[in-house]
Amino acid sequence: MPPRTLFDKIWGNHVVHEEVGRPSLIWVDRHLIHEVTSPQAFESLRLAGRRVRRPDLTFATVDHNVPTTDRSIPIQDPISKKQVEALAKNCRGFGITFFDLKSPHQGIVHIIGPELGITLPGTTIVCGDSHTSTHGAFGALALGIGTSEVEHVLATQCLWLEKPKSLEVRVDGTPPRGVTAKDIILSIIAHIGTAGGTGSVIEFSGEAITALSMEERMTICNMSIEGGARAGLIAPDETTFRYIRGRRYAPKGEPLEEAEEHWRELRTDAGATFDRSIQLNASKMTPQVTWGTTPAMVTDVTGKVPSPEDFVDLNMRKAAAHALEYMALEPGTNIQSIKLDRVFIGSCTNSRLADLVAASEVVKGKKVSTGLRAMVVPGSQMVKYQAEKQGIDKIFREAGFEWRESGCSMCLGMNPDILAPGERCASTSNRNFEGRQGRGGRTHLVSPIMAAAAAIAGHFVDVRDWELAS
Amino acid sequence: MNMEPFKNYMGIVVPLDRVNVDTDQIIPKQFLKLIERTGFGQYLFHDWRFHPDSNPRSDFVLNHPRYKGGKILLARANFGCGSSREHAAWALMDYGFKVLIAPSYADIFYNNCFKNGILPITLDEAAVSQLFGEVAKQEGYSLHIDLERQTIRKPNGENIRFEVDPFRKKCLLEGLDDISLTLQHEEKIRSHEKKLHSFQLIDVTR
Repeated sequence: MPPRTLFDKIWGNHVVHEEVGRPSLIWVDRHLIHEVTSPQAFESLRLAGRRVRRPDLTFATVDHNVPTTDRSIPIQDPISKKQVEALAKNCRGFGITFFDLKSPHQGIVHIIGPELGITLPGTTIVCGDSHTSTHGAFGALALGIGTSEVEHVLATQCLWLEKPKSLEVRVDGTPPRGVTAKDIILSIIAHIGTAGGTGSVIEFSGEAITALSMEERMTICNMSIEGGARAGLIAPDETTFRYIRGRRYAPKGEPLEEAEEHWRELRTDAGATFDRSIQLNASKMTPQVTWGTTPAMVTDVTGKVPSPEDFVDLNMRKAAAHALEYMALEPGTNIQSIKLDRVFIGSCTNSRLADLVAASEVVKGKKVSTGLRAMVVPGSQMVKYQAEKQGIDKIFREAGFEWRESGCSMCLGMNPDILAPGERCASTSNRNFEGRQGRGGRTHLVSPIMAAAAAIAGHFVDVRDWELAS
Repeated sequence: MNMEPFKNYMGIVVPLDRVNVDTDQIIPKQFLKLIERTGFGQYLFHDWRFHPDSNPRSDFVLNHPRYKGGKILLARANFGCGSSREHAAWALMDYGFKVLIAPSYADIFYNNCFKNGILPITLDEAAVSQLFGEVAKQEGYSLHIDLERQTIRKPNGENIRFEVDPFRKKCLLEGLDDISLTLQHEEKIRSHEKKLHSFQLIDVTR
């Protein structure tokens, strides 16, 4: 057999049917569901009198619109409540495992999949959410899909898919202290652009990637979609296997050994070719801060807000002018002199335990800047529980942060956690689109440690200069 | 879900001159809480289209009297990027846009369009820019779309050819329901299902 890429291998294992010049029918191993993109799918399924083909491979939770305040109080927003109740009813009716608001496993769908061992190497995973790319960190082909496709997968456990192209992003070198996975992926997006990965599956490789923990790899793959990619992939290795062992739904004993044997083959063969390859070096990377309204509008923390004139392309120049107007920023402003009203540490990009631990070390023994409101929203109940066991919540609370219940929260502001018009926020989330965190709100994307330091200082600071308490 | 077959289509072109229009702009999150597929058109481009007090913004193209009743949306590169929300396609459709023209689209949004009977036409940058110029010059500028022949006819009679995947074209023209199409391959699905590796299965009682 000719040398194949990691993607080719996973694809090949999942083709149910293929014909020249047509999309292929691909088997889906895991279907994750949440309250916002599923109601219409279930409704159509019911109208057509169809069943869910594999409820055993389908898992649901509520995350997008749920409040992050006291869970003993019922949801106040009647429409959110209706959506949550619709999901509960649909899961009951179709026999789907559902982690509801009271479950110790509730959380952002892309946080709980890996936590529970639902996410495994060599599987195909879909969810009606673009950040499904997160699961690619395990060497799973993980795709965000629309609601019609959710319905299709519910009914058939398959998906029609045109075979994507392959893009290799190799990151060599070791990132300097203070440069995180978030800075690596923002640097990659700055390099390829918001549509650089369109139609492609990205395989991230190189020593800067393989040295990352699973949490960090998830941050990288999570934002593949911000570079336009269909999915992101990282080859599974010992780091992956160590993470998986002992998780609730992961195989155990002999089946696990067999699985690991299979998973070890899941790597790009020497001599396999990609449709496109790029190389970057992490040793030259710096902490990143977005200044505009797409994740590619990003610069170094030591940099300045650019001028529209800096862009050669006319459309980009116009886009930059719009973005600066929306963000109320003057060209030439030092990034570190941008003052902040809010700080949000959370989202499927950066709300795992390791993110919270790293941010807590930055704020330990310090106080949130006067007049600034800062909140931490753990990605899941399990993250929250583990963090509390380690006393992480205390560190944040003593510093003046709000410590909340798990959910998507202010990443997309579908629940009450939103910015007021004109408020400026340092956010560990993935999208700085206009109005994303609240109409008229201004979002700057950063890493958890950059967000933490900014909360203390009241403006952006170079976390590389930060003195840690310990 | 069953779709209405796509017929020849004609309508006023509305120019939206911005790159990277994301689905958060097409349909902001506060409108994602409905559990139906219809009724989203009134919220299309909501935050660009309306002031916070709900009055229409005169500077937004959908509110210009000359583009009233527009049926074809002309856009720039990477249209529909970001969130996978199919509500974006539902909002466009519900408003009356059954054809889009742009140099490129984000993948998930592009798929969502076809699933809802919307034809997203891709033309090169130069052709799109030319259309922006012509629309600006002529009030009531309309295009005639013939999907069968893959042509766009301009008001001056000139035809532009566009490319579309033959399978997607067939599905649009015939309004095919994906699920019934898939179920024709039931045998193959079943035999694939039987060969799954043990790690692909889950013991949900655990």
